Amino acid sequence: MAAAAKTEGRDAGGLARKLLSYAVLLLLTLIFVAPLLWMVSTSFKPNPETTALPLSWIPKTFSTEGYSTILNSSSQSPALLWFLNSMIAGLANTALILVTASMAAYALARMEFRGKRFLFAAIISTLFIPPIILLTPNYQIVDQFGWLDTLLAVIVPGAAGAFGVFFLRQFFLSLPKELEEAAMLDGANRYQIFFRIILPLSKAPLATLATLSFLTNWNDFLWPVYVLFTPGNLTLPPGLAILQGAYTTNYAVIMAGGVLASIPVLIVFIIAQRYIIQGVARSGLKG
Amino acid sequence: MAAQGIEQTGAQPTPPAAGYPSGGKAESTGSFSWTPYVFLAPYLLLFTVFIVVPAIFGLWISLHNWDYLLPEQPWVGLQNYVNLFTPGSPTAGFFWQSMEATGIFTLFSVPFLVIIPLLVALILNQSFRGRNFFRAMYFAPYVLGVAVVGVLWQYILNPGFGLINYYLGALGIGEGAVPWTTALPWAWISLVGMTVWWTLGFNAIIYLAGLQDINQELYEAAKVDGANRWQRFVNITIPGLRPVFLFVITVTILASANMFGQSYLVTDGAPANETRTAIMYIAEEGLENFRMGSAAAMSYILALFLALISILNFRFLNQKEED
Repeated sequence: MAAAAKTEGRDAGGLARKLLSYAVLLLLTLIFVAPLLWMVSTSFKPNPETTALPLSWIPKTFSTEGYSTILNSSSQSPALLWFLNSMIAGLANTALILVTASMAAYALARMEFRGKRFLFAAIISTLFIPPIILLTPNYQIVDQFGWLDTLLAVIVPGAAGAFGVFFLRQFFLSLPKELEEAAMLDGANRYQIFFRIILPLSKAPLATLATLSFLTNWNDFLWPVYVLFTPGNLTLPPGLAILQGAYTTNYAVIMAGGVLASIPVLIVFIIAQRYIIQGVARSGLKG
Repeated sequence: MAAQGIEQTGAQPTPPAAGYPSGGKAESTGSFSWTPYVFLAPYLLLFTVFIVVPAIFGLWISLHNWDYLLPEQPWVGLQNYVNLFTPGSPTAGFFWQSMEATGIFTLFSVPFLVIIPLLVALILNQSFRGRNFFRAMYFAPYVLGVAVVGVLWQYILNPGFGLINYYLGALGIGEGAVPWTTALPWAWISLVGMTVWWTLGFNAIIYLAGLQDINQELYEAAKVDGANRWQRFVNITIPGLRPVFLFVITVTILASANMFGQSYLVTDGAPANETRTAIMYIAEEGLENFRMGSAAAMSYILALFLALISILNFRFLNQKEED
């Protein structure tokens, strides 16, 4: 009871602190959201208005010129093709990661075989290799395969990273072994156990890995800038760099491209927010 | 399915071999099984071709005068490395200038990216209405790629008609003509600022998870002992976050040291290559000029620096724990 009275006495201070917190929170929200709103607003202005003073947050003349310029697929900046390419690359890369990483992670978590420890250590140690040392050699490897300037270059090499294996192995280790033992007594083999028991139990970590993989691939910049060159073969990030170079101060066009590249990831973020945030938070605690 | 299960268990009363709960039939009898290798094969193929082979092949390249456009790539031993440490060689000046740019960016971005997200996480860790909404708002820029963030900020920072100078001008600061992307120190302030805006949410989420992992009873006990807010922060929160600090600092240093897109899109290395980072120069040298031997040598030197920083950071924070 004494404790309750004490809390009440503090309420005035608590309220002031709460109001201050809200003020800070709203200010921060403004800082994070305003540039994104500016991008959207600019994309709907006729170009002369994007460089005219005074600036206006709401288009004085509403225009979709920026969008019609980039969505014209016969132009040097076929953004619709870039969008499709990004979508194909993102989905294919994600599928490849889910299949290969889950299988490898299951073997490393649950099976005994020669060289297992060494193999796991080798895979994990590559998490610490700075990706820059792989840049020039991988360029040549991809060239040898005839993959330069094709989507395969941005789909396959990116699936070799160790994160997915590490992440799923941790989850598989946390599953109770009894389920698998019971299934084994029932005569199920490893493949049946993996597909019928383990994967259905792993929907949440698989969704997390899928979301993170898709975002990473969709946003990848350096590699696609150098391995894709023909305008029609680009993904959106190198495409945006091209837009910036080709339309220098035509900001309506450039911002329309930015909006186009943002919409899918923002939708993914809204739908899968829980998975993304948990995935990021968990990776931090593991470290 | 269940009925069948019971039936089969009944028909097979022998327990699995002791001490081998994870093994299948073949594994538990000790005979060789292909199964693990079948599961591993697809990933190992990718892993070998795109990580193991290039990591070693890169070293090999760095020992040659490896011009990708010429028919022959003669062996030059350590010459590419020696060049990097020989003042006046074609690469040394540019390389160390780019390393300096990377160093400056890392030095100035990491403190902001370690401290500000912690403050944000502390605010978000209180219980209040709309917490998840704010958390999502702060994290949102991080899901956008550097390409979007780069072209957007290049516009916002435009000296003539960008938002920043427009409002600064309205406030009477800098006559609304600060050269944000073309002169120092402004270019660095721009690059650091936009990076903090872009990635702050990532570190904040990690801190938030760390804060929620700290045993709440410790705070209650400290309150009973009369510790004030600050004392509780210093004596419980900070030590409780130690592993999280290690992770956040390491990851942030590595991310900053790998900076590429911001300089590429916003400053294009201006003024006079001052903001051209090491990654940017290596990519130019290797994949634009196709002098892959020297580019590979530079990438190994950079990797060595990064490894050294990681080790020092780890030592430093672990040592603190022992004190």
